[in-house]
Amino acid sequence: MILLETVDLTKQFGDLRACDHVNFVVNQGEFLSLVGSNGAGKTSLVNLISGHLTPDSGKIVFEGEDITATTVQQRIKAGIARSFQIVNLFDGLSVFDNVALAIFSREGKVVKIAALADHDRDVRRETFDVLEQFGLAGKSGAPAGGLAQGERKLLDVAVAYALRPKLLFLDEPTSGVSTRDKTQIMDTVSSVVRAGAVTAVIIEHDMDVVFRYSDRIVMMHEGRFLAQGTPDEIKANSDVANILLGVPLSA
Amino acid sequence: MKAQASVISYRPKLLLAAAGALVLVVLALLPFYIGLYQVQLLTYGLVAAIAALGFNLLLGYTGLLSFGHSAFFGIGAYSVAFLLRDAGIHSMELYILLGVPIAAVASALLGYICVRHTRIFFGILTLALSQVVYSLALKLFWVTGGTDGLRVPRPSLLAGMVTFTGRDAFQRFIHGYYYYVLVVFAICVVLMWLIVHSPFGKALQAIRDNETRAAFLGLRIRRFRWMSFLISGTFTGLAGILWVPLNGLTTPEVLYWPFSGEIVFMTLLGGFRNFTGPIVGGVIFTYLKTYAVATTEYWQLLLGVVLVLLVMLLPTGIVGAISALAAKLRPKEKSP
Repeated sequence: MILLETVDLTKQFGDLRACDHVNFVVNQGEFLSLVGSNGAGKTSLVNLISGHLTPDSGKIVFEGEDITATTVQQRIKAGIARSFQIVNLFDGLSVFDNVALAIFSREGKVVKIAALADHDRDVRRETFDVLEQFGLAGKSGAPAGGLAQGERKLLDVAVAYALRPKLLFLDEPTSGVSTRDKTQIMDTVSSVVRAGAVTAVIIEHDMDVVFRYSDRIVMMHEGRFLAQGTPDEIKANSDVANILLGVPLSA
Repeated sequence: MKAQASVISYRPKLLLAAAGALVLVVLALLPFYIGLYQVQLLTYGLVAAIAALGFNLLLGYTGLLSFGHSAFFGIGAYSVAFLLRDAGIHSMELYILLGVPIAAVASALLGYICVRHTRIFFGILTLALSQVVYSLALKLFWVTGGTDGLRVPRPSLLAGMVTFTGRDAFQRFIHGYYYYVLVVFAICVVLMWLIVHSPFGKALQAIRDNETRAAFLGLRIRRFRWMSFLISGTFTGLAGILWVPLNGLTTPEVLYWPFSGEIVFMTLLGGFRNFTGPIVGGVIFTYLKTYAVATTEYWQLLLGVVLVLLVMLLPTGIVGAISALAAKLRPKEKSP
């Protein structure tokens, strides 16, 4: 069952066509990886779908509804959330507050002005649940700015996950961390996302990670889709291998 | 962890409440031990603390530096003067009840324009709009009294139960009004503490830290900034309302940009990253300015030097520096 579909989605920056008539499909419940070299248009595609960028043409359909003209807030409400390539946290707030704020926002409680944020029992319980799932409960009181890089990456995903999205975009969740941390992060993210029946699209450069955790892989190159398929199909695709190894494509 | 999730610890808040109550008791006892002039000065300090407390919701918690808060302080002060002159009102409670909504409306209007921008553009807009208000007060002299300003004699307190006429009226007013301002100050501190610890307050801090991410949590950034501006301006307006009976006169000076600078100064002095920073800054600045003015004709130069030293040596302000020192001296907890 199709959860999200883009139809001829196009975005141009000057002479650069970041997304060139992209027809992208995400199926319900899958763990999909979006791969490609730098400048392939992966992050631009996620920015377009999440509402961070406005497309020049084309449309975005989520759960059968055209959401192309909707705001970021409306897309979040519809069930689309994302994490960022460069960790985007509220460094002055505690780990607890980072996640709790996502829950307050989701529940429409964020405008409450005369109630203490840490006294809402439901939000508190859910916040600790999320933090526990991501292995961060022990750091709940620490400022987010003081966490190690691997923990910051996990918290970044946890904040997006706390919005209880139907579709979660993870932009390079393992960039800038050690190989050991990569496995830990991906094991955690993968198990949480699958347990929560959340559809996930992950942008990733590390092909070991991609092959290990993905149900399906989509490869982008110069704003277009070059190939898509299961990890085994992608492994067998010579164009993909050439791109990844920096060899020119076959004619 | 489950236990941690379900148990809300009230201990830190009780300790905080106890510390606050202790400070309040000390402040309540002070007039018995200090002279009348010092009581008057302390009242000015508490008024300044309310103004800085409101200002810091915008600077410290929302990340917006306003150079126009004199406008709200002045609007509060002039509201009282107009209510007295045009409606014959002499009650302090009515000044507050009617003046606060006026300050709130003014904050909402100016804020609606200003929060469309951030950083230097926001600062310049607030400065420009406050100067418009200043110019109006200066030029519309048949309404505002121009540079002469408007006189505001001592109002009655507690719905007319306490009046200040006859012998020792001034002394009784200074003492009575001190306690009046102290109570309003305490209410303001509790209210602001609630606001900054509420989900709304956390959202403001999130916007301050990372606007993009806050938007991707579904927060309507501009609306939150506007609400912060409104609350901030209203608190500062309330300070203006409390200030004018104490001063006895309001002139366009309180609307002029240097006064906005003074509010910024007192907030930096105490520390804008601490809840109590602006309170301490407001009180200390009042004393600093008063004694600087009394000591030298170059008092502005003196305050300028203090500001430069402050930024260079204590960038986190007095409270920030004390907090950092206390954190250093505190024995480190052993990890489990």
